[in-house]
Amino acid sequence: MSTLVLDSVSRWYGNVVAANDVTMTIGPGITGLLGPNGAGKSTLIAMMGGFLAPSAGSVTLDGAPVWRHPEIYRAIGLVPETEAMYDMVTGWQFVVANARLHRLPDPEGAARAALETVEMMDAKDRDIATYSKGMKQRVKMATALVHDPSVLLLDEPFNGMDPRQRLHLMDLLRRLGEEGRTVLFSSHILEEVEEIAGTIEVLVAGRHAASGDFRRIRRLMTERPHQYTISSSDDRRLAAAIIADGSADTVDLSAGNLAVQAPDFGRFVHALPRLARDSGVRLFEVSPADESLESVFTYLVAR
Amino acid sequence: MNAVVMGLTLRGLLGRRRSLLLVILPVLLLLLAALIRWASGGEVRSSVHLTNEFALGTLLPLMCLLIGTGVIGSEIDDGSIVYLLAKPVPRRTILWSKLVIAWAAALVFAVLPIVAAIEIAGDDGGRLGAAYGVAAALAAIAYTAIFVALSVVTRNAVIIGLLYALLWETVLGGYVPGVRNVSVRQWALAAAERILGDRATVWGVTSEVSLTAALALLAFATIGAVVLAVRRLQTLRLTSAD
Repeated sequence: MSTLVLDSVSRWYGNVVAANDVTMTIGPGITGLLGPNGAGKSTLIAMMGGFLAPSAGSVTLDGAPVWRHPEIYRAIGLVPETEAMYDMVTGWQFVVANARLHRLPDPEGAARAALETVEMMDAKDRDIATYSKGMKQRVKMATALVHDPSVLLLDEPFNGMDPRQRLHLMDLLRRLGEEGRTVLFSSHILEEVEEIAGTIEVLVAGRHAASGDFRRIRRLMTERPHQYTISSSDDRRLAAAIIADGSADTVDLSAGNLAVQAPDFGRFVHALPRLARDSGVRLFEVSPADESLESVFTYLVAR
Repeated sequence: MNAVVMGLTLRGLLGRRRSLLLVILPVLLLLLAALIRWASGGEVRSSVHLTNEFALGTLLPLMCLLIGTGVIGSEIDDGSIVYLLAKPVPRRTILWSKLVIAWAAALVFAVLPIVAAIEIAGDDGGRLGAAYGVAAALAAIAYTAIFVALSVVTRNAVIIGLLYALLWETVLGGYVPGVRNVSVRQWALAAAERILGDRATVWGVTSEVSLTAALALLAFATIGAVVLAVRRLQTLRLTSAD
């Protein structure tokens, strides 16, 4: 069991502040680091992994500073965002090399266990250069798991994964979290984080905007109704059906198409196709009008 | 030193496409040496000219630049060095392991071909080859350490290294006398001059600096570069452009 503590951590590059007075404690279980692109997630993870010095404040792992302290890597497994690996060796050789660098007593055994965990034993003898993006991601995962770390830091691990690989990784992370490991991953996609993370830390423009149980944050977010713009074969009839159904508060036909405000995102998106079918209306386009995470986050920060 | 780091470094150095250059450039030198032998009939002074101007002046720094940036620069550029750094291995050990591979590669791909080229182009019982071999080895040690350090310090190591190798050592060194005092090539030549003794002046192997000063400066540059590289690797900033 390990705990990563960030105490008033700031990081600036010249005039640009990438992280602004962030204080958080990351304990066992899965924590999602959520924020729009450019919010400072990678900066924060780099500081947690000891690859960037905080300009102010401190990052400690179980009381020991992370910066300039390579010994912490016995406890930390890192899955970097960069795709580059040692392309000219095979997956097997690379994971064994990682195990050797950790001076594990049985590097081959550890490598086999890690590759089995990520289901890469079949392709282990191919050069890394020939791997697909998803396979590379799994080998990266294996290198991070090979020494059985108590802390796992993953920078945008779901990027470039297909839905099946995504589900597999989510299962794996969930399992690792249940084993009592401290798992932190970053993402800019709310649904990914919501799916598996027990705790969410929201970062907006370098600031720590919200923290805690995702249901609580979600509730905060849904205080602002979701807006959609819809075009269909018969906007007027669809508007009537939506209002009658009660899944949206406001419908507006004045702008030439149908604008809807729904307080409950989940209920509305499930109801809409049903309502359209029942009233014989064809949907051409449904687009969220202000659904960008950015606007939701801005809203969170403004609170 | 760490065998795993050395192994990965060697694979990285020889496995990339640009490692072809490590073979092409020495082959070019050997071909040139054969041409000169054919043209001058094995005269030592022509051999000296080839070595001074092309082998030591251009080829050696270029090769060391290729090797120095190849053992660490490309990994820092693409971020894959994170797999070495995120390990409970002192950064000092990582740097030394890479440097030893770089030195070995410089010896094999640059120093030995230079000696071979001298033997082809024309030598007097191996004397010139031995003297220039020592000079090339000394220069290779310093150049490689400097270019490894440069790779850790800046992501523009190749450009800066090229400017240094081509402008400073070759062009400026040729026109501005003072520059020659601050030149790895001149320092290394001092060793060759001493080894050759009286023949040095006859063959035209001369250095701008005294042997003592040259060795001190070589040692200073090499050690300085290693210390700088280790320090910078210990605080290497690794983040994507978030």
